[in-house]
Amino acid sequence: MTPLLSVRDLKVRYPVRGALAAALTGEGTHIEAVSGVSFSIARGETLALVGESGSGKTTVARTIAGLVKAHSGSVLFEGEELTRLGAGALKAVRRQMAIIFQDPVGSLSPRLRVGSILAEPFLVHGLGITPAKIDRLLDLVGLPKEMAERYPHQLSGGQARRINVARAIALEPKLLIADEPTAGLDVSVQGEVLNLLNELRERLGISMLIITHNLHVVRHISGRMAIMYLGRIVESGPTLRLFAQPRHPYTAALLSASPRPDPDDLPQRLEIVGEIPSLFRRPSGCEFHTRCPFAREKCRFEPPAATAPASGEFFTCHFPLNAIQDDGRARP
Amino acid sequence: MEPALSIGGLSVAFATPHGALKPLRDVSLEVRKGEIVGIVGESGCGKSTLLNAIMGLLPANGRIVEGRIALGGTDLIGLGERALDAIRGDRMSVVFQDPMTTLNPVLRIGRQMSDIQYRRQLTGSNKKARSLAMLARVGVPDPAQRMAQYPHELSGGMRQRVAIAMAMLAEPELLIADEPTTALDATLEIQIVRLLKDLQKNTGCSILFISHHLGLIAELCESVAVMYAGEIVERGSVRDIFHRPAHPYTKRLLDCDPARIAGPTARLPTIPGDVPNLVAIPPGCIFTDRCPSAFTPCPGMKPAQRRVAEGHVAACHLLTATLPNDATVIGSRS
Repeated sequence: MTPLLSVRDLKVRYPVRGALAAALTGEGTHIEAVSGVSFSIARGETLALVGESGSGKTTVARTIAGLVKAHSGSVLFEGEELTRLGAGALKAVRRQMAIIFQDPVGSLSPRLRVGSILAEPFLVHGLGITPAKIDRLLDLVGLPKEMAERYPHQLSGGQARRINVARAIALEPKLLIADEPTAGLDVSVQGEVLNLLNELRERLGISMLIITHNLHVVRHISGRMAIMYLGRIVESGPTLRLFAQPRHPYTAALLSASPRPDPDDLPQRLEIVGEIPSLFRRPSGCEFHTRCPFAREKCRFEPPAATAPASGEFFTCHFPLNAIQDDGRARP
Repeated sequence: MEPALSIGGLSVAFATPHGALKPLRDVSLEVRKGEIVGIVGESGCGKSTLLNAIMGLLPANGRIVEGRIALGGTDLIGLGERALDAIRGDRMSVVFQDPMTTLNPVLRIGRQMSDIQYRRQLTGSNKKARSLAMLARVGVPDPAQRMAQYPHELSGGMRQRVAIAMAMLAEPELLIADEPTTALDATLEIQIVRLLKDLQKNTGCSILFISHHLGLIAELCESVAVMYAGEIVERGSVRDIFHRPAHPYTKRLLDCDPARIAGPTARLPTIPGDVPNLVAIPPGCIFTDRCPSAFTPCPGMKPAQRRVAEGHVAACHLLTATLPNDATVIGSRS
């Protein structure tokens, strides 16, 4: 069966300076925020895109939703190529996919009541709207009917999140894109939102693309994950496999940077130094070598190719973690 | 030995159109010399109000109703603005959540770092040398170059390191870190926490670390105070809190953290209900409405802080040695 969404070699560029300034500074006119990303999502499946700020994960999401133009590559949604669609055709496709933005309150109009906010998707697509539909949406996300009378500033963080989810599922989309759905929420509320997303997937069969930097969230919500670094996917595979046995040192570093709250069970730290490099000055060879504790000479010059140890898994590293450990040799 | 910071029975009120809001009630806390103490709690628990009360930075409608705050034996409550100014940024300093609001966007890093040493009778070049040494110490690469840069030219992690360097230039007895890593990526969070730990070891200062991130608290702190709706509900060593939590709120908070749940689960635990209204404080235990083990005395009677073990206290009726015969569980609205 064809996947619901298939992204192939997607590249997205942002203009940063004019030709003259580029010539003077010796830097390019564009930065490549997404640099050849490929993945697919099957029907009813959840994929998590994980990475630090600046890794390009939000740009990928926005490109799929048609909010940013792709430079090259393809985005196939139900077999239809989205990157070449005109505005009218794109609008029709957008009924099938919805996005939950990062800032839950900022993405709700402060001057509309919740009821009107939830009616908006129906009006945009010229569909009929009845109060009963609004009630049903509120019910789906576990909020009382009376919520329809409120303004966004009268909602708590968790409630605003739920309203965003309700608006996103209003037109029964096939794909839900959630950009940092739990950022800024307290742990006790974070669970509510994740439970809600899990429940909606089960009840409505929605596929999901979750963008997050919180690995612990990923474990409980998505079956597969892809780790992004500087606009490329450096490792992807089933979530539990990656948690148990990361192959790319960056994946391992992200995992060990999320401490388990236990003073006696501090992880064996795989510490990486410094910060994500600037897109203006992409490192040569393997782009992670500037921060990688295991980088060798080869890593500085030769970009690693993707290795697929099993179907549905790949990583890009010259010296993957477990291959070497399996040899019985210590890490360099 | 005199503790670095000692807070006793502190209550704060804010005047609002709806009446007096009481964001802190009867808070007692001690930070020993050289100790790293964590304060953990969710939004609205009073963490930031506590910081503002210690620093004398409560907003105009806020006032300290009662209690005492002493920094190394100096009583801070009742001190005039001048006297407080002499203490703030000298004997105690703060690292805030967002370094961009700490740093002046239109001044170079070097200038700001020299300015903050205004109390010291040093020549300009001596101040510059101290700044350079401190930047190197907090792990800023090429410190000399950074000094000539503006805050917007630095990455988020670098800015926070600069903010920490500026706080440390005062050689404070007490460093208060208010969610210093919240704006940073996980790999940088760990780096900053490591840095704070090293700085504490090398300078001997005490640190009050305010965070909602349980993993970082477990990693950094020696003892922990858990706050809920304006009260400290439990205090103890980091092991007491994470291994032997006594208060139902602490237990639930720990249960909610997805990092502590080993296998994947489609249904994560939550704490149903909301924080109570802090204008009309209910007479009994503040957590009653959301507590799964609430029983007869909870709604009507305020639980006292009880000793669980040496150095470990919690405010919960369940810790009373003998329960009354008519005690029945009324809790768990979930």
